[in-house]
Amino acid sequence: MSRRPGFVLEVDKSAPPTWFWNGEGFSLETLPEGSRVIYAPEPIEPIKDPYRAIRDALLHPVGDRDPLPALLRPGMTLTICFDDISLPLPQMEAPDVRQMVIETVLDMAAEAGVDDVVLIAALALHRRMTEEELRHALGDRVYDAFAPSGLLTQHDAEDPSNLLYIGETDQGEEVEINKRAATSDLLVYVNINLVSMDGGHKSVATGLASYRSLRHHHNPQTMRHSKSFMDQHRSELHSSNWRMGRLIAESGVKVFQIETTLNNDTFPPNFAFLQKREWEWSLRDRATYTATSKALEKTPPRLARQIFHSIRSPHALTSVQAGEVEAVHELTTANVWAQQGVAVEGQTDILTMGLPFICPYNVNSIMNPILVACLGLGYFFNMYRGKPLVREGGVVIMRHPTRPEFHPGHHPSYIDFYEQVLTQTVDPVRMSKEFEESFATDPWYIHLYRTGHAYHGVHPFYMWYWCAHALQHVGRVIVVGGDTKAVRRLGFTPASSLDDALEMATDVVGPSPTLTHLHNPPILMSDVQ
Amino acid sequence: MTGGSVSSSLSSLTNRVRATRFPLAAPPWPASVPRPDPERRVGLEYDHEWSRRYPVRLARAIVVDNVTRPAARLLAPPTIRGLEHLQHIDGPVIFAANHASHIDTPLLLTTLPVEFRHRTVVAAASDYFFDRTWKSVVWSFALAAIPIDRSRVNRKSSDTAAELIGDGWNLVIFPEGGRSPDGWTQPFHAASAGYLGKRTGRPVVPVYLHGTRHVLPKTGEAGAKGPGGSGTESRRGGRLRRSPIAVLFGAPMTPDEGENTRRYSDRIEAAVATLAREVQSDWWQARRSVSAADPVPGAATAHRGPEASAWRRAWALDGPPSRDRRREWPD
Repeated sequence: MSRRPGFVLEVDKSAPPTWFWNGEGFSLETLPEGSRVIYAPEPIEPIKDPYRAIRDALLHPVGDRDPLPALLRPGMTLTICFDDISLPLPQMEAPDVRQMVIETVLDMAAEAGVDDVVLIAALALHRRMTEEELRHALGDRVYDAFAPSGLLTQHDAEDPSNLLYIGETDQGEEVEINKRAATSDLLVYVNINLVSMDGGHKSVATGLASYRSLRHHHNPQTMRHSKSFMDQHRSELHSSNWRMGRLIAESGVKVFQIETTLNNDTFPPNFAFLQKREWEWSLRDRATYTATSKALEKTPPRLARQIFHSIRSPHALTSVQAGEVEAVHELTTANVWAQQGVAVEGQTDILTMGLPFICPYNVNSIMNPILVACLGLGYFFNMYRGKPLVREGGVVIMRHPTRPEFHPGHHPSYIDFYEQVLTQTVDPVRMSKEFEESFATDPWYIHLYRTGHAYHGVHPFYMWYWCAHALQHVGRVIVVGGDTKAVRRLGFTPASSLDDALEMATDVVGPSPTLTHLHNPPILMSDVQ
Repeated sequence: MTGGSVSSSLSSLTNRVRATRFPLAAPPWPASVPRPDPERRVGLEYDHEWSRRYPVRLARAIVVDNVTRPAARLLAPPTIRGLEHLQHIDGPVIFAANHASHIDTPLLLTTLPVEFRHRTVVAAASDYFFDRTWKSVVWSFALAAIPIDRSRVNRKSSDTAAELIGDGWNLVIFPEGGRSPDGWTQPFHAASAGYLGKRTGRPVVPVYLHGTRHVLPKTGEAGAKGPGGSGTESRRGGRLRRSPIAVLFGAPMTPDEGENTRRYSDRIEAAVATLAREVQSDWWQARRSVSAADPVPGAATAHRGPEASAWRRAWALDGPPSRDRRREWPD
């Protein structure tokens, strides 16, 4: 059967209840008649021979770039950078697409006799990856060849000796990136473009940058003018990165960009029901749902978290393109849209969403309340092109337990942000002025970022800025089933059930509101007309 | 356990099953979403060959003889007439019966002599009994059912049935194409028993099943769930109820020289109608009334009921036959 495109269901009496994520659990909710439910397109058929496709892409680059072998020569310095643990979600089944691409690049480098090769995980201000995570992303062959001799490194945005100041853009944005990457004869960047925000000039200008550089676009003003940051042409976040990227190119840094897209086959067959339309659930799906949901009710959250994070996604490669950054990214964005785009007619008064156990910043970790806000209002809210799904002044209803739990090793500054900043203000602008710098320059957070597996001290601010557009746009945010105190701390309204939340929402949007539910997984992008 | 408590338990079980909702029950299909062509091979495409393999036949025979037959006897004590017609014919044959209830098939199968019972397939509506995989499996196993298209003449259906008859399988078919809405017989389709009888050259045995609609009425039967009713009628629809039945087998029929399928089918229908009259009286009276009505058997002799209002048609139908009815001899 051919792949079905995305679909918008008009809920009527005959429609079955709708599936919602609820953190490390899920539920079926009955939506009011007349509601809309947006379903993602079905997975694109994967490339049958990924290694061949990757090799073809490297041999036939797009834009103003020679084939990769022609760029490689003995005696040159080659740096291969790659996306970190935040992509893809959940972690994909081995072999990871980064492994496949990097192995192919290294084969060509070996053939050309390139000796000076360094691999860098482009962390920006994210936490460092563990050996296990690196091995999963790169494969044992690559890890064992480079890590023991110190040639597999992770970008350190707080190491002045390994940062290079490139200059300022015409908008006064300072550009400072990883010195090894900037001074290499060739910088190969390996992307996984899970969503349309990823890739392009953002790869180098953000992934290899320092706080000094990142603060120019990771701020409330930029995020409020990114409508949305998933739509490059209407995103100030991208505009800033593009200015920086072009400056980097003009300074002589030669980037060979490799971007890959994956299909949205997100969960293995045992969890097939997670991404099926409810009325198509088979007997097995229903049995699995019932057994799993009942079991999860009895499972301690810590154990449930471990179970969910151990899931490996069957994501498969659907396209690979290589060459000059902007030419590559244009193709990539079209391929991402082909997989995720759904046309939707008009906005809605109320947008509902179930939030899963995972977001880009809690892989193998805990989804703390700040990340809950970021996933709902930062990511899901922004998964649109054209207009936001919810109208200005509308209501967003999210379902998530929102427990006030933090991973002390991964998110130490989040704890203080939650206790010291959110108790004072939930206004992104105010917190950026009053609190950001002290967190960003705190020596203890910097120490934990550089030597442990902690996100940078400023990272929770960025997560909050990610919500800035939504916070400015919507009239109220309601969290169903969340910890009451934690939800209030975020400045949101707690509700015990979806019915209660809908009742509360009518106070803001009036009686008989329209409702749209963003069904996930898999992730989708709404093209709102 | 009394009949009343059995009925009560069954009702309770039925209510529970009906009250089950998604995800325990199958999800409803939204009215606004078109159903895709089924990828699974169901309906006419269902492969039922497995249901006639020896291990399955053995399992079915065990179930039919030890579960279905005793249960049928308990639920619907039968009066059986005309079995002598089956004693001297060699199979395979085509059993052409009237159809008033879903219970017709198991009741008819369990009244067949053992030499027929375990080598008989049943023509079942593909759109009802074979629309889901699980239903296809259940009915193929329990009744050795094969899917037929009841809405139109279908070459695949008739080819399948003819091949099975050719392989020595008896066939039960309901030429009306569906259950009677009110208990009276509907016109027989020419492309069913008459056509298969002519095509295969095998005899057709007319069968009349009486009273089965009292055992398991058709849901939505006129008066059972009609609008404006008192509400009490709806309790009857689709529920099992203990009631005696009668099964009458007629003499095997073959087509006359030069007789076309339509005519042959009418004759089969008339034979079933004669059996229906026999339930009310006796063999002789039934034949006398048929001859008086239409010396040449045809539509006028059919068991179609008066052309009158629904209640009068219902009134004209007799109740379930009494098992203890005694023939009254003239003094």
